[in-house]
This record gives sequence, structure tokens and C-alpha cells, in this order.
Amino acid sequence: MTGTHALLEVKNLHVTLTGDRRRRTVLHRVDLAIPAGAALGLVGESGSGKSLTARTVLGLLPQGARVEGEVRFDGRSLTAMAPAALRGIRSHEIAMVFQDPRAHINPVRTIGDFLTEGLVTTRGVRRAVAEARAAALLGEVGIADGARRLRQRPSELSGGLLQRVMIAAALLTEPRLLLADEPTTALDVTTQAEVMAIIDETRLQRGLAMLFITHDLALAAAVCDRIAVMYAGSVVEELPSGHLSDAEHPYTRALMASRPDLGGPGKKLTAIKGRPLSAFETGPGCAFAPRCPDARDTCTTQHPALLPAGSGQAACHFPHHPRAAAGAAERSTSDA
Amino acid sequence: MPEHTPGAILEATGLRKTFGDFTAVDDVSLTLTPGASLAVVGESGSGKTTTARMIAGLEQPTTGTILLAGRQPPGPRARTTERRRFAQHVQMVFQDPYTSLDRHQRIGDSITEVLALHTDLRGSARTARMTELLEQVGLNPQQAISRPRSLSGGQRQRAAIARALAVQPRLLVLDEAVAALDVSVQAQILTLLQDIRRQTQVAYLFITHDLGVVPHIADEIVVMRQGRVVDRGTTTEVLDRSQHPYTRALIDSVPRRGWKPRRRPATPT
Repeated sequence: MTGTHALLEVKNLHVTLTGDRRRRTVLHRVDLAIPAGAALGLVGESGSGKSLTARTVLGLLPQGARVEGEVRFDGRSLTAMAPAALRGIRSHEIAMVFQDPRAHINPVRTIGDFLTEGLVTTRGVRRAVAEARAAALLGEVGIADGARRLRQRPSELSGGLLQRVMIAAALLTEPRLLLADEPTTALDVTTQAEVMAIIDETRLQRGLAMLFITHDLALAAAVCDRIAVMYAGSVVEELPSGHLSDAEHPYTRALMASRPDLGGPGKKLTAIKGRPLSAFETGPGCAFAPRCPDARDTCTTQHPALLPAGSGQAACHFPHHPRAAAGAAERSTSDA
Repeated sequence: MPEHTPGAILEATGLRKTFGDFTAVDDVSLTLTPGASLAVVGESGSGKTTTARMIAGLEQPTTGTILLAGRQPPGPRARTTERRRFAQHVQMVFQDPYTSLDRHQRIGDSITEVLALHTDLRGSARTARMTELLEQVGLNPQQAISRPRSLSGGQRQRAAIARALAVQPRLLVLDEAVAALDVSVQAQILTLLQDIRRQTQVAYLFITHDLGVVPHIADEIVVMRQGRVVDRGTTTEVLDRSQHPYTRALIDSVPRRGWKPRRRPATPT
């Protein structure tokens, strides 16, 4: 990552939350950079901190959260920004699509009210004009009878249709960055393919940058330029999507091996032993060490930093990929 | 009495279920032999869950017959002893173990409860069997005193599987049992289910919307759409050679290396 002029830059982000009177670390260290118009896939399992990273970008953390490090959008620091200015960013520049559309839409208002509210109240667009734009945008996301849908309520729409409405809502404000948090996890695979195609097409047409959060590496690779893998509150690897098959970090490789696919009945599924750790459970060493097949003594005592490895960066004392085991030996001697 | 094929553990013939004017399941027939595994694949609204619920005895078919080990399941007015005998043939595991396990009950107790109801095991023998079941699903016997809340999603699903296995059923109906789990945990549960099937000869009816997991769990596939079976065959036949456009569309929707999402061409519904 050059980091010279990324649209979104997250540097050294560390977040703690208070709960049950204890302060818990939820993000240890997150570094990300998304250039304008590019897409980054943030991949990890439940509790790895990927959604919290997106929420930190938007300043949507619960009360009592303490944020260290920096989030910069187009050169401006979001972490230091006054609430009113941050609201301006949220309504004009950065839009978010969530996993469960039904939790983020008012069930008693019409789709039309939901879509045009932002334009009418914060932009002063006339209602008729706003409705025409909303209907046109619904057409763009694959909803043919937009005018009729605007009069319907969320309960009358299927999950896949409603998620398309949410995407249209995110696009209406013409943002420069889209944060998509597991937008297709609750959908059937066929609907997922369609919704992802719509996100991908509209993003490319508009030159929109995207932070795409998912637990599915293959899905992220299909629509993103680069991938950042999170584990227990830290980014452990960052690399171009096309290089996933020669990932350096053992966790990334293990995730690839545990994903079921249609590679023929002979392909064996390799499960990772143990369970994913939460950020607050990690010790002094590498968070993945207890589950890592290649862990050595150093791994349990020293925290690995995110350093250049292969075609990206990896936070691992002994990065390697199966075809280049020689590289691992080199790195281990230089570390010792 | 419908005709019984010797050796079949499940024979469902001409299943049909209507809710008012709506036909959820239309003329579905399924057969399973002991130790076999059949995946029922379809999208929301395909009728796959209703089919599973009829086979597990949670729903009465409008027409059609179900034979489990040659016997018809007890109707809604059956005596308790008949229901219990039926429960020993078929058990069900649901998508979300947090809602299917009692949140106030320790998981060890939820298993011993089943053992008390269905087996002659008493006292230490019952506890020993409970421990054995926890170990079989990869849980630490010390976790017997845990309540569902303090377990992770994968551990809860393991507990739900242990509870279902407690009666040593001949057939396990798994309704989207791995859909809510993270990929690494999903792989663990799929591997566990394969091991259990090899060890116990239990048969699986595996309900899923994700064709990607099917090669790792089932020998045969039935594809359902709008209540009807539209395609069926062995896993290899269906995944490698099926010519059915709907099956092809399902296969093309599974993300993999080099995959690009595409809008589905408008197919008549």
C-alpha cells in the first residue's frame, strides 16, 4: 500500500469498549487503505472485529468506546471530527449497507418514504423529483416496477428485494465510499449472486470505493481488488485478491482450505482445530498460535507485526506458502 | 398400507402439503437406506423445510405417505408411547441451536433428560453415556455444566447434535444445520457429521440452500423448486452432469476461485 492518496485510510486503529464494568479491547491494530474507486474485502469470522472496524469509520460505536489511532477520509480525520461534520460525511460521502435490511428500515413507512427522506430533508430536493430519482435507481438495481414498489412497505418485499432497496438507498446520496457489511449473508446463494452482481456493476459505473465485509473469502475475491484478513481484532494479512491461493499467513490458508466448494467429491474439507478467539482473549504472542499447525515457541511469546510478505503484508513470524517453504526458513533466521 | 421396500429407513411417497390455497410441497418422494445421506437443495420457498418437518413428524402431510423403518409415523392423536418409539427413529437438528436448546438448562442435563426418557440407563451408567455423547461430538465433558449462552455457536450446534444422537436414531434430519456457522466452524461440523455417519450408520436428510456444502455431506441430491422436485441423482451426477437449467443456475451461484457474480437471466417462475 502506498498510502499517499487513499480515499479511506485507517492507521493503527485500537478500540476498547466498556461492558460489565470491565474495559475490553475489541480492535488491537487495524491498518487499511482504500484508494478512490477501489474495493477492499475485509474478511474474518464472527468476533474478529470486521464490523466494528466499519462502525468505527462512521463513528457509530456504543457509548464508552475509546478510539486510538486514526481514520482519514479524503485527507480529513474522521476520528477528530465534530459530530455535526461527521453527520455530513455520513449523509453525503460514505454510505453503509447492513446484513439485515429489516433491522435498518422503518417497517411502518413506505419504501418511497425511506428512499426519499434523505434527499427531501437534507438536500432540499422536491418530493416529486426525489421520487423519480428513487424509481430510476430501483430500476438500476434490478427492480423493474419501481413506481409500484415505492408505495409498498418493507413487509411486502422479500429479503433479496429489500436488500436491493437498501443498496439503492445507499447510492441515492451519491457517496464516494460504500461500506457493505455482510450484505448477502442472510440471502440464498442465487439471490446473493444477483445482489453481488448489482453491487459490483453499480460500483464500477460510478467509480465508487468499497469496503466489503464478509466471512466468505471466495465471495470477497470475486468483487474486490485487495483482501484484508482479520483475526481476533487485528489485520493479519493484506494481499491482492488474485494472490489468495499463495497467501502467506497460515490463517488465510486455513480459511481457504475450510471453505466448502464444488471442487469435486474427492476434495477434502480441512477444518481448523479449536474456535476463533475474541480480541480480548489474546495473549502476548500471535492470536492464531493455539490453532496454527506451524506454530513455534516465538509464536506464543512475541506478537507478530504486519510486515511485507509475498505480494502483500502478513503478521506472522514464519510466513510461507506451501510451494515456497524455503522462504520460511529465511525469515525465521532473520527473526532469531 | 403402503408397500415397504425391505431395508429402507425412510420411504416418503407422493408428499403434498397445502396451507389454504397455497401448495408448499407437491408430489415429493424420497428414499433413504441406513447410513445413506441425501441432500435436499432449494431456495427459500422451495418447500424443502416443510418436507423435512413432515418427515420429522412436526407437520402432517395433506396427502402422501411416510414410512420410517416400515412404520407410519404416529398422527397428532397418537399415544405418548407411540410418539416416543417414533422419536427413536428420527431426530432433527435445526439451524439455530440457540433457539432449539433450552437456554435455562445445562447441556449435560438436556442430554440426560433424553436418556432418561428413551433408555433404561440409570445413575452412573446414564452419566457415563452422556459424557460419551459429549466426547463423540467433540465437546469437553466438563462443558456438561455449561448453559447454551456460555457456548459458542459451533459448540451449541455440537450440543444439539449430541442431544439428537442420544436416542441412537436411524435418521437425522438436519435443517440448514451449518448455515449460521462461520466457515472454519462449518468445516468442523461437516467433518464431525461425516465421522458420526461412518461410525453409527445413521442416515442423513440434509436440508440446505448452499450447493457448495453438498459434496462434503451427501451421496445423493434432490433439487426442489416451488414445492416440486425438479432434478435428482447422485452428488457427482447432479453437480458434474446435470443439464437442468435451474440446477445449473444454483451451481453457478456458488462463489469459487475465478467466479464472478452475474445477474440471473429472467427465468419464468
